[in-house]
Amino acid sequence: MPDTQINADEVLDARLLSCPMPVVKTAKAIKALAPGQVLKLMATDRGSIADIPAWAGSTGNTLLEWHEEGDTLVFYVRKEGA
Amino acid sequence: MLDEQARATMLAPTEEDIRRIVRSELDRAAKQEAAAGKAAFIASKGTLDWAYPPLILATAAAASGIESSVFFTFYGLNIIHKDFERLLKVTPLGNPAMPMPVTMPNFVLGLPGMGPLATKMMKSKFTAKHVAGIGELLDTAKELEVRLIACEMTVDVFGYAHEDFIDGVEFGGAAAFLAEARHAHVTLFI
Repeated sequence: MPDTQINADEVLDARLLSCPMPVVKTAKAIKALAPGQVLKLMATDRGSIADIPAWAGSTGNTLLEWHEEGDTLVFYVRKEGA
Repeated sequence: MLDEQARATMLAPTEEDIRRIVRSELDRAAKQEAAAGKAAFIASKGTLDWAYPPLILATAAAASGIESSVFFTFYGLNIIHKDFERLLKVTPLGNPAMPMPVTMPNFVLGLPGMGPLATKMMKSKFTAKHVAGIGELLDTAKELEVRLIACEMTVDVFGYAHEDFIDGVEFGGAAAFLAEARHAHVTLFI
């Protein structure tokens, strides 16, 4: 469990989806948010552990925190920029 | 002379300052280096297994903010043919890397029905692992504004018509691909 509780503005359930769909759906969900808002992403594709930080790096968004809850990977991504 | 606030930023930058600086540097770099924002792929193979890599990479690139295009040539045209579900197959014959439930010699793999069986096997395996189908990946690509370009020359050679391809496909030649590729840092021939 995470040490700090992050409040998410939107939740995206990408569990069971395989590459590249978690990244594709994350990009779409982030597009709908305003800068500063936070997306909570749930995924089971283990590739997401590498992919979500890489995606955040390429798009200039911030991965605030991630952790595992059982088989589920939980990521908090903050939308940046204008 | 630095004003009071700029001096304070230099001495003890806050997280917000660092973020702002990194963002402005990234913006500056992106403006100078337009190629960093482009990817150009060639899809040349027309089997079910090889239909995946160009579509996965192009959609992942587009989702990562990279403008991407796929140039479909030769057998790769199968991927964007309206009848892709039937055309895209996989065969274990001549493909020793394909995992099979039991080891089979080549003369068995060449028997009638082995191709359709392998195709069915791969499709059900992918479905079980929740891998997106080719149709879904094509829809995603279009939604993300990935340019899908069919090679006009091979369309002609194989006797296809423009109407044989899914909506949204553009037609062009080597120069059309190169016009994209010369501005791209990522170019792959698949």
